[in-house]
Amino acid sequence: MPFEWFVALRYMRDARGQTILILAAVSIGVSVLVFLSALIGGLQTSLIEKTLGSQAHITLRMPREEARAFVESTPERAIARLREERPQRLRSIDQWPAVIAEVEALPGVLAASPSVTGAAFAVRADAKNAVVVRGVAPERFRAIIDIDARLVAGRFEVDGDDVVIGSKLAADLGIAVGDKLRIRSSENIEIVATVRGVFQLGNEGVDSTWVLTSLRQAQSLYGLRAGVTTIELKVADVFSAERIATDIRGRTGLRADSWMTINQDLLSGLTAQSSSKTMIQFFVIVAVALGIASVLIVSVVQKSREIGILRAVGTPARRILLVFLIQGGVLGIVGSLVGSGLGAVFAKVFEALATDASGTPRFPVQLELQLFVTSSLLATGIGVLSAVIPARRASRLDPATAIRNA
Amino acid sequence: MPDPVLSVDTVVKEYGDQVKTRALDGVSLTLAPGAFAALVGPSGCGKSTLLNIVGLLDRPTSGTIAVAGKQTAELDERGLTSLRAHALGFVFQFHHLLPAFTALENVMLPSWGERGMPTAKMRTDAEEMLRAVGLGDRLHYRANNLSGGQQQRVAIARALVRKPPLVLADEPTGNLDTASSEEVFALMRRFNRELGTTFLIVTHDPRIAASCDRTIEMVDGKIRDT
Repeated sequence: MPFEWFVALRYMRDARGQTILILAAVSIGVSVLVFLSALIGGLQTSLIEKTLGSQAHITLRMPREEARAFVESTPERAIARLREERPQRLRSIDQWPAVIAEVEALPGVLAASPSVTGAAFAVRADAKNAVVVRGVAPERFRAIIDIDARLVAGRFEVDGDDVVIGSKLAADLGIAVGDKLRIRSSENIEIVATVRGVFQLGNEGVDSTWVLTSLRQAQSLYGLRAGVTTIELKVADVFSAERIATDIRGRTGLRADSWMTINQDLLSGLTAQSSSKTMIQFFVIVAVALGIASVLIVSVVQKSREIGILRAVGTPARRILLVFLIQGGVLGIVGSLVGSGLGAVFAKVFEALATDASGTPRFPVQLELQLFVTSSLLATGIGVLSAVIPARRASRLDPATAIRNA
Repeated sequence: MPDPVLSVDTVVKEYGDQVKTRALDGVSLTLAPGAFAALVGPSGCGKSTLLNIVGLLDRPTSGTIAVAGKQTAELDERGLTSLRAHALGFVFQFHHLLPAFTALENVMLPSWGERGMPTAKMRTDAEEMLRAVGLGDRLHYRANNLSGGQQQRVAIARALVRKPPLVLADEPTGNLDTASSEEVFALMRRFNRELGTTFLIVTHDPRIAASCDRTIEMVDGKIRDT
């Protein structure tokens, strides 16, 4: 075993109590780091999944129609003007197949799905509910929202007059799979549809209003012939949605709304969570660093005579420096390994204990290899860095003084 | 005449910035290979200061020192450490072994600090040296589990394991009973004769001083008589 490692490990073994205490402190620090990261990461993933489970990452529409002034003000003549917002019509996206082909080719875009979305009434007997009719191409729509996994009854079939509706809407109208339903669109076109499936996306607004039908049926209901009103996209990295949306806006001139702009409250909540996680991580790291540094500083003081002897018998200062850096690194790596294990156990126990009536975890945790690798590298790096000051102090000890003062 | 192992020429050592205290006042001294010399004098006369300077643990204010034919003034810290490792052995009054290490590991230390030497060779040399000082059956005893005399013998083995030309001993028997003192002194004498190692022994014990080949007396930072 190399000299530095031998001396470092022997010193740690010799001061067993001190080593165990600081290892316990580092382990607890790292376990807090792992536990909180797993918990907050899990909560964020769960929130994002719940939110994005019922919506596309990016939605493309025609730009809003703006009222245009006939006469503009000039430097010589100011014109007072009352501007009224123009009513928005349901408009089809120009050349939508070409747009789909273009955006699908963009890096980071996983799928694109055209849809016709419009307002309507769903009528059954005396019940009349305002609904959102969404005409979709089934295969493409499935790539955006995993609707089959969210079906609570029937199948996802939207051919001809078949529709699939939200669970809350089905309950409100008293409809089951196989029942008929009248749908009157905002264009006053009416059809009688058969309910083939009932879904539950977990978003009450969606579950109480959505009626999914075929693209062709929706085009007929809104008189759009072969047009579509929106193109929905799914991207690989959900947090890159706004960047991709901006890119698409520039390329196509369409309105591109990412989930991040639609769900600003959620996003600011996630950002706040991430910030608090970073703050906690920072203070844990500072505590770990101070713990290791203080133990090693005490060790240098305790061992100053021995360091003097080592220097007197010809050990170079550089190797004394390494002895203490190794101790810092070993404390960091062992503490991080034990701490990662403890953190994972804490997280899993917490997840198992905090469940709802159906046994689903209230706080799903996210334990990824990357989390352990990052925590371990961080703790080891912090261990070595914390040891720099004591190690330099040790290597600069004057051997004659150290031996004389012992 | 062979080159001296140690050559000290008009060495002055002063301490303090505002008020200067002169610990060594123009000390000159030469030790030939195989010399066995005692350095005596009252407490505070500068013996330990001289030993630290000769042992390259401290630098003189002025004057020159050559150890094993090498002028030390031109060496940087790294060069001094290397010369200390190769040319010098130390025996201290309180043995100064590393308590967490075994006798064998303590004796291996001077070789261990240097890169490149195979561990097996280090171990064999250390074992051989410990046997030579009569501690072949105590190789794996922790230093603090040995008696005072045994600890000092380990310290002698550590000082000699790399076969340095010069060993500096600072009151090596000062903390031992009479029997252990005699054992330790006899060992140093034996290695001086067998290996030709030069010894400079700081002592307050007149019997030890009388048993050395040469006595160097220091008074008030000066060598009075050699």
